[in-house]
Amino acid sequence: MYLNANNISYAYKKNKPILKNLSISIPDNKVIGLMGDSGSGKSTLCKVISGYIKNYTGTVTLDNNLIETKDFYPIQLIFQHPEKTMNPKWKMHKVLSESWNPPQELMDTFGLKDNWLGRWPNELSGGELQRFSILRALNPKTKFIIADEISTMLDAVTQVQIWDALLDYCKQNKIGILAVSHDKELLEVIADDILLFNEINKL
Amino acid sequence: MSKLLEVEKLSISFSQYFKGLEQRELTVLSDLTMDVDDHEILAVLGSSGSGKSLLAHAILGILPTNAKVSGSIRYKGKEMDDELKEQLRGNVISFIPQSVNNLNPLMKVKDQAIGYTNNEEEKQKLMKKQREIFNQYKLAENVDDMYPFQLSGGMARKVLISTALLNDPEIIIADEPTPGLDEQAVEETINNLIELKEKGIGMILITHDIHTAIETSDRIAILYLGYVIEVTDTKNFSGEGEKLLHPYTRSLYRALPETEFELTEGHQPSYLHIPKGCPYHENCPYQVRECHYELPELREVNGTVIRCFNPLVDGE
Repeated sequence: MYLNANNISYAYKKNKPILKNLSISIPDNKVIGLMGDSGSGKSTLCKVISGYIKNYTGTVTLDNNLIETKDFYPIQLIFQHPEKTMNPKWKMHKVLSESWNPPQELMDTFGLKDNWLGRWPNELSGGELQRFSILRALNPKTKFIIADEISTMLDAVTQVQIWDALLDYCKQNKIGILAVSHDKELLEVIADDILLFNEINKL
Repeated sequence: MSKLLEVEKLSISFSQYFKGLEQRELTVLSDLTMDVDDHEILAVLGSSGSGKSLLAHAILGILPTNAKVSGSIRYKGKEMDDELKEQLRGNVISFIPQSVNNLNPLMKVKDQAIGYTNNEEEKQKLMKKQREIFNQYKLAENVDDMYPFQLSGGMARKVLISTALLNDPEIIIADEPTPGLDEQAVEETINNLIELKEKGIGMILITHDIHTAIETSDRIAILYLGYVIEVTDTKNFSGEGEKLLHPYTRSLYRALPETEFELTEGHQPSYLHIPKGCPYHENCPYQVRECHYELPELREVNGTVIRCFNPLVDGE
């Protein structure tokens, strides 16, 4: 399966486009790294591809089919700051089961402890929360993962753990990954191919 | 000769309400001991949200009033009480804050750089100096009259650094000076910091970015759950990390994508659940019996200060 974004253009302000005629193709058996400067529009692209921004021009397709928006969205975005993506008044089991109930085995792979499920988001560390937000995105209906600087704020040890588990799961389940980061060394380790944002964005 | 700045057994905690009127104590820094000399950069490395900014605030004496502080901070051997802190901050000790949000959005850049003074002569003098320093950092004259929202991230960072330099400080405390900048700006900032050190300034560089720490500093203090677990020469972060003595420091170094990207099990718990004994023992493959119930004291091993019962000497 291929995820294709074709000729994407988008502007927050009229006549000041941030994305222009940008095309990108991601196969379901690969990790594509995307590197670019801060403020260049990487995150905007992520939001377009994963359905958060709708009024763009161009198309986002899965094997040339437009994506049905009323169902579970098969392209899931994982954000840099997990604490901002969780309802502070929901305990963790509710945060997780909003998407699905992963099997115990998978919880163990991602290092989620049972007693974390009864806690509030503000009682967990950033690394612990990011494990939840990744697992939450790995719903069986997910076909592609867009990882927008998901390990930037984590220490190196946690970074390895998280990527190790994520890459492993996605390989087994044929989930393609777009990994966005400014960390060249990281992308060289985890990605099959690296794209430079400024080269694909035809501003 | 005494050290420029010494911090000894500093602990900072807060009590917070969590359920109705129930309170809990949250310790963010525990038993922190470190020092910095002139012509030296000491990097304090800890993960994000670990409260390491509070160290800077404690030295400057600008902690929130509900913080409980114990331990001692000395400037050239002299105990810093609130009065001395107030005297020193902004003069002898300068602060480069973490975020560009620390600039006043309603004030022109030059006005906040020189600060408030109602002495016209002094103001002229400061303005001249401000211009000189801005020139040094290649901030053009039209920047003087800009408001913070007109600055790019890199320019704002330069303004913050220039502002810190205006009073010829002896000590600079830089809180996360690099995140949010692109590669080129990071490099520039790093060069700026090294330049300052060469001029004789002693610097505490607070960061979570291990690359910045390795590239700039002379020594690195590694924090884990608010504890200093190792203070080591920066040059030990090389090769396979065989000169790093603490198990956590070594796995941190070996987890970097440019070294091994090596997987270590276990996760850093939240501050609300700091384990008894050594804070790292739950994840430590080298733990011994004491680790479970006793907190190791900081001690010196092979020239490295370390908090561990079973350090990795002999390059295990």
